[in-house]
Amino acid sequence: MPYVVTDLCNGCRYTECVSVCPVECFHVDDQMTYIDPENCIDCGGCVPVCPVGAIKASHHLPLDKLEWIEINRRRAAETPVLTGRLAPLPGADERKRAILQR
Amino acid sequence: MQATARYRVAIIGAGPAGFYAAEALLRSAQSVSVDMFERLPVPYGLVRFGVAPDHPKLKQVTKAFDRIARMDNFRFFGGIEIGTTLSIGALRDCYHAVTFASGAPISRLLDVPGEQLSGSYPAADFVAWYNGHPELRHHAFDFSGERAVIIGHGNVALDVARILAKTPDELKHTDIAAHALEALAESCVREIYVVGRRGPEQTRFAAKELEEFAELADCDPRAELDGFALPAPDAYLDAEAQAVFATLRSFSKSLNTRRRRCIFRFGLAPLAIIGDGRVQRMRFRRLDHDESAEVAIDCDLVFSSIGRLTAPISGLPYDEARGVHANSGGRITTDGAALPGLYVCGWSKRGPQGTIGTNRACSVETVDHVLADLPELCEPPLHPDSLLGGGAGRIPHYVDYEGWERIDAEEVARGAAKGKPREKLVALDEMFAAAGGGTARRPRARSA
Repeated sequence: MPYVVTDLCNGCRYTECVSVCPVECFHVDDQMTYIDPENCIDCGGCVPVCPVGAIKASHHLPLDKLEWIEINRRRAAETPVLTGRLAPLPGADERKRAILQR
Repeated sequence: MQATARYRVAIIGAGPAGFYAAEALLRSAQSVSVDMFERLPVPYGLVRFGVAPDHPKLKQVTKAFDRIARMDNFRFFGGIEIGTTLSIGALRDCYHAVTFASGAPISRLLDVPGEQLSGSYPAADFVAWYNGHPELRHHAFDFSGERAVIIGHGNVALDVARILAKTPDELKHTDIAAHALEALAESCVREIYVVGRRGPEQTRFAAKELEEFAELADCDPRAELDGFALPAPDAYLDAEAQAVFATLRSFSKSLNTRRRRCIFRFGLAPLAIIGDGRVQRMRFRRLDHDESAEVAIDCDLVFSSIGRLTAPISGLPYDEARGVHANSGGRITTDGAALPGLYVCGWSKRGPQGTIGTNRACSVETVDHVLADLPELCEPPLHPDSLLGGGAGRIPHYVDYEGWERIDAEEVARGAAKGKPREKLVALDEMFAAAGGGTARRPRARSA
């Protein structure tokens, strides 16, 4: 039952998750982060630190987000591990405000 | 690896904070070697002695610690207690910087009458006992009564309740200590109360850990939400608090069909533990509506889980209010001024909060300060190898990481015979014996 980064991350990529992951299971591309399900130890520490609430336990995903389990698995295999924080993407703060007001 | 680096840093404590500090130092652009000192012969701190045996996935974090231990310029010295076996002064003479990652081993007291009665314990003692901590292995918990009360609404309280609630079949394939499995198999406990001062939307439970109570083989969860059915209209609940509240509401409607019950209660402040020689009842003041009302719960066991404190170390400034070594962002301070070369990370820096990975960010912050300060710090007059190898003021024996790997292999082999991931060695003598090799023997008495 690993955790999953959903499309809410796409466009913000704050990477707060990376600084608290005990096992370095976050991978990254130009748009967002992904969790390697083989390495995730289910601690859940990344969930509350995500500024936009993009990370969910896989068993709590709504039906329309289930595809993100497989996307995380695939993209984690294709992208490099991220070991430290990156600057958020341009426009992340405006995007976050819009998401939190929904 | 032999330390030939420009700077030498000692880390005190081999739990998560210590390992993440070591990693940050060894990954830095500076040339640094790290010597990690641990009081016990075995590493991992609360991952070994805190994380519940039925949460094996979390323990996989030890693979990350093993990876760090294999980095160049890292050495492990198990079985050496700083402040007794080895003085802080002797350590400072050998290292540019000393970083304390010694955790928060002291349990906060309830501070109510009757707390010292037989049957009343800090939850942390029970946790250390079922996890095979060498110092608690002879502790005898009496499970002949039917009711246990756990004070506190955090995840340690959930661990204690869950271990009390589980059947031997649910525990026997975990790495729970053999003595605990045996004692809990005879447990008569049927009702487990988890009691806190605040409301169901203000707990420190992780939603995921609370949800595990819905899946117990022989225990029904129940939440008594009278007067707390709805959160205050102005309350802002984050997603985690909402999930916890929703789970508690589902528990308020559950039926009692199983042998054991775990009952969550809210808005109750401890007043006293009552008993003639041993715990018989606990009294609380109601905080929800009628402040004058009292509630009593008959019980045979009380476990308090209301926080932990860092152990003060002679010569290090201590922040009494927070229960940590006085510090600013990880630099140890006295009256607000940094003491050069002394640092702190993890629970002994920020108090007992967060998940395992919170310590990573915490240690990185501290190490950023260490790295910034290193060029300005005094050159230590001695080399650490002068501490080792016996002789006056020297450390005769310790367990290095290879020694720990031999202990690990022995534990895994003993566990395999029982269908357990490992059978922990719980006696220091056994640990030193299993570590074998030339460096790992029982150290001399502490007075040496």
